[in-house]
Parts: sequence; C-alpha cells; structure tokens
Amino acid sequence: MDGLLLLEQTFNGLQFGVMLFLMAAGLTLVFGIMDMVNLAHGSLYMVGAYIATTFTQWTGSFVLGILLAVPATALVGIAVEVVVLRTLYDRDHLDQVLATFGLILFFNELVRTVWGPAALFSDIPAFLQGQVEIIPGVPYPAYRLAIIGVGLAVALALYLIVSRTRMGMLIRAGASNREMAGALGVNIKLLFTLVFGLGAAFAGLAGMMTGPITTVEPGMGDPILILAFVVIIIGGIGSVRGAFVAAILVGLVDTIGRAFLPQFFRLFVADSTADAVGPAVASMLIYILMAAVLFFRPQGLFPARTG
Amino acid sequence: MKKKLVGLVSALALLATPSLAADKVKVGFIVTLSGPAGIIGKHMKDGFELGLEHVGGKIGGLETEVIFGDDQRKPDVAKQLVDKMIKRDRVQFVTGVIWSNLMMAIHGPVTRSDTFLISSNAGPSPIAGKRCSENFFSVSWQNDQTPEAMGKYLQDKGIDNVYLMAPNYQAGKDMLAGVRRYYKGKVAGQVFTKLGQQDYSAELSTLRAAGPDAVFVFLPGGMGINFVKQYAQAGLKDSIPLYTAFTADAVTLPAQKDAALGVLGTQTWSPDLANPVNKRFVADFRAKHGYIPSFYAAQAYDTVRFLDAAVAKVGNVSDRDALRAAMRAGDFPNTRGSIKFNNNHFPIQNFYMREVVKQDDGSFTTKIRGIVFPAYGDSYAKDCKMSW
Repeated sequence: MDGLLLLEQTFNGLQFGVMLFLMAAGLTLVFGIMDMVNLAHGSLYMVGAYIATTFTQWTGSFVLGILLAVPATALVGIAVEVVVLRTLYDRDHLDQVLATFGLILFFNELVRTVWGPAALFSDIPAFLQGQVEIIPGVPYPAYRLAIIGVGLAVALALYLIVSRTRMGMLIRAGASNREMAGALGVNIKLLFTLVFGLGAAFAGLAGMMTGPITTVEPGMGDPILILAFVVIIIGGIGSVRGAFVAAILVGLVDTIGRAFLPQFFRLFVADSTADAVGPAVASMLIYILMAAVLFFRPQGLFPARTG
Repeated sequence: MKKKLVGLVSALALLATPSLAADKVKVGFIVTLSGPAGIIGKHMKDGFELGLEHVGGKIGGLETEVIFGDDQRKPDVAKQLVDKMIKRDRVQFVTGVIWSNLMMAIHGPVTRSDTFLISSNAGPSPIAGKRCSENFFSVSWQNDQTPEAMGKYLQDKGIDNVYLMAPNYQAGKDMLAGVRRYYKGKVAGQVFTKLGQQDYSAELSTLRAAGPDAVFVFLPGGMGINFVKQYAQAGLKDSIPLYTAFTADAVTLPAQKDAALGVLGTQTWSPDLANPVNKRFVADFRAKHGYIPSFYAAQAYDTVRFLDAAVAKVGNVSDRDALRAAMRAGDFPNTRGSIKFNNNHFPIQNFYMREVVKQDDGSFTTKIRGIVFPAYGDSYAKDCKMSW
C-alpha cells in the first residue's frame, strides 16, 4: 500500500511541477534575456484564469475557452510590456520591483472591479471528470492527468522552439549575451515583446488549468509567484531546461514533504509535536532546497548566462 | 493676539465636541474589504447596511453616523483604525471584526477606553474567559462552539474513525480541539495544512490511503473552495461523508456548487431559519444585494438590531451603565430567533446541523437538518469573573 501511495504522491508532485514550469518558463526567459525582474507575472496567471473562465461561460466549451484565452492573455502581456515594462529595462532592479509590484496591486484591483470580489465558479469539463486507474487500485483524477499531459507537451514544444527555430536561436543568444546579440543586428526590442507575450501566454495557461481545481479570485497569482522565483533560482536564471528540471524537483519535494514528513517525525517525537513540526518543516523544505543549491551552485543547476 | 484667540476658540470647540456628540450615535465598523478575504467584509457591510435601513437609518431613533474601516486583515491596521475611531471620531461603539487575531489586537485598547466593543464575528477564547470585559459583547459565537457541536453530532451518531484536517494556525488547532472535546471515537488521522493552501492533492491521497469512515475539515474561505472541489474531483465525496465547520457557506457556495452538495456543517444560523426577522432579512437582502446572505451578513445585521434595541431603551448614548444593562437584557429582534447573554457577554443560542442543498433556481444554499445544541453557552464562561 505504501508503494502505491508513494506512486500517487509522485503523480501529485509531477502535476504540481509541470504547473510550476509553465509559470517559471516565462519568468526565466524575461529575467534571463531582458534582465528584468517582473513581479507581475503572477497577475498574468490570474488574468489568464479570469479570461478563460469568462470565455468558457460564453462559449459553453472549456477547450474553446482556453484556446481563446491563451492568445488574449498573450495580448495582455504584450500590452503590459509595451506600455510599462519597456521604459524599465535600463533602470535598476529596485525600480523594476517597485513598478511591477504596483502592477500586482493594479491587476488585483482591476479584476475586483470587473468581476467583483467573490470567487468565480470554474469547473472541470464533463469529459475530464471522474478518475482513471493509473494502475489497478490507484484511482487518479482524469483532469490532473490532463494537466500533466498538457504541461509536458508545452515543455516539449518550448524545447523545440528554443533549440530548433530561428526565434529560439535569438532567445538563446539574447540570454547568453544581450549586448552582443544586439550588436549583431538582432531586433532586441521586438524579441523582448514577443518573449514577454510568450511568457504571459504560459503563465495564463497555468492559471486557466488551475482554475477548475482551485479558486479563481483576486490575488490568486501572488502565492505561486514566490514558488516560480524559487524554481528559476534553482534552475539557473534564463535556462528553460533548468526551469523544467527545477520545477519538477520543487513539485516533488514539496508534495512528498507534505505527505510524509509528519509521519516521519512521528517515528521520533510525540504525535502532538510531530503535528506541529511536520507541516512547519514541510513548508520550509523547498526553501531549504534553494539554499542548498545556492550554496553549492550559486549560478543554479543549469546556468544560461555566459557573459 | 488674533492667533491666540483662534487657538482658544478651537480649544473650546474641542471641549464642546463630546457633549454635542452625546445624542448622536457613532459606530465604527471594522472589517476586511481588500484582499482575497474582502468578500467576507462585503457580506458583513451589506448586512450591516440592510440593518441600518430596517431601523430607518437611526439607531435607537437617534441621528446615526457609521464610520467604515478596512483592516486589510492586519492586526496593526485594525489597531490604528480603532485608535482613530476612538480618539478622533469619538465613536461610542466599535463593531465588525472578522478575525480572532485582530480581535485580540484591539480588545484591550477599545475596552479600556469609554467605548463598547461588539463582535459581529470573531470569538477567541481568552476574551470569553479570564479576560472577559464589561465593555465587550459578542453577537456571534465563541470559536470553540461550532466545532464542539460537530463533535457532539459525530459522537451521538456513533460515527467512528474520523479523519481531521485544519490549517496550521491557532484557530485551526482550536477547531480540532473543539471537535475532540465531544467526539471520543477513533481518530483516523489528524493533519494540519498550510494556511491559504491552494492544492490539497497530497493530503487527499494520504487521506484516501488512511481509509477513514468520515472526514471533518475546518477550511474557511478560499481554502474551503479548493478543498471541497478537489475532494469531489478525487471521487471521495460519494464514498466518505464530509463534515465541516465554516467551510461551505453563502460566501463559498457560489464557487463550490455541486461539489458541496450534501456537505454537512454546524452553525448558529441558516437562511431557512423560520422566524419573522430572518424571513424579512433574507428576502430584503436578496432583493437589495442580489445574492444569498451568509452568516457573516446575518450577524452584522443582528449587530445593528442589537444596538438599536439598547439605545432605544435608554434614549441616549451617554449613560453607559444603562446601555450595558439594556444590552445584557438580550431581548432584541434578531435573525436567530432567540439570543440570551451569558455572564461573559457571549450569546447562549442554538447550534444547528445544516446541509448544502440545491434550490429550484439553480442556486445553492443550506437547510437546517436539526438542533445539535439547544441554548448552548460556551465552556469559557466559568473562567469569567463577571456576574450580573
């Protein structure tokens, strides 16, 4: 039974991991290529979830809702880049943090004004309801399996874009040395805008797929933003491969820790102490992981920057 | 010279303010209006405003001014708000207060000043017991009571092997302790989750593996929406009954819908309570605000009716002893039918079992399925030295 439970928890960790990857992919590209700290990335996650929920209600189809909402979120991202962020690239990180923190407040207030303060209803589409037995005796929600599938597909697509296409080549060139890429005639400005739109679309997609299992409410993107930063620091800033490995790692460590640490502590201390210490340590686990990575490999697991 | 005169005149004006204010009712109303919890504050503000409307905008027939404050769910902000309300606005009553930690932060400062503190929601144990105050009243409940009622229900029904879950903070621990005060059966597992947690997949897998006969959760607000949806999505809802406290109510039901259908929870109030005050409250609330009221809204409404009855009886707001005596009497029209006050100024009232049902118009609400505790007082009143 314990083996089966471990397998189920591994799936949970994987699902959380691919979700984090979708968030972190955009963040790491923006941070790596543009050297821009964008705290408002979580807001795009929230905006994506709201737009998808609205489109789903209008069209009556979850898939259609997402297909419409992904480009819409990308457009929101591009608008934010053109209007606000473009003026911030030459400023230092503190200015960027202040301005994008302002964007968080702006977007939280905006969705509250447009959609109201109450949480929206967002449900799993009928064809993904129910459970699938991943192996006999272990039923697993079909929707979560679908998230894992979509997440892995997006990761593969992003890998192909970055490693096989001309735009990907420019992205890699930009991440490794921005000035040199610009000096060689690459239209860095346009590249920045496109990359930001791409990142926004991924963050939005993460929000859209999480909506039906959590709460679509103002500020829903703020907690996950911190985790996305942890992921890109562990993975190495600017590296998509690093973001993928780190996201899965963080997803697994967090889930396995939450599931098994309290029981683990019960082996050594009284139950009431384990109940208090277990969850506390479990919620610290990924930060301990980050500290360890920073200690042994300050550049992260897969550093992208060369100069 | 001129300057001096102006100074003197303004000083006189300041001195004159309290006596002028004495026949005007001033109420400070503090709730969380911003952030994810802002929806709870909205319910309470809407309920409070409907209460004002029902008393003709005049509490106790006197001219009334309400100062609304947004505490942002931060104890320090709440404290600044009450300081301002007491010193500058010179309110006679501070009310609202959703969160227990905020209540603890303002309880001392308000009750030590010449101001009444009326809780419309929070009821932490210290202020019900040793630190009870003659300047404090609760028109809600003491925190332990709702889970105690659930523990009693589980025990009486002979339900065994219950799995318990709550967020890892003081109220979460108090809630599980409250259940276990009356529930004496086997505990299949006890889990404390992160406050504000969004994904419960790991906890649900562990829960399923533990094979309990029933599950009790205390997961208020967004956490409850997440958990109840994921519990249904994991296919657990049909196999293991879910018992709750503060997890499925009018704030969360519009986002939970079918996932919460049939979920049981204890509470002091439900929209279907068949007394005339409640019928009028629910009908007018839906007409005015366009949604089904929650217990938060009902308690905020009751707060207005409570103040109205006491001030009307005394006829002014300067005789504080008379006001206190009038408030202690407890005979005010309220949505719960009957509220009496204990020696610690917390209500003695019924606790009901409520079930989530779907209405003909497609909306979701709760229906009363029975009384768990009739006229129930809290277990801290005996530690309160106050008697009257």
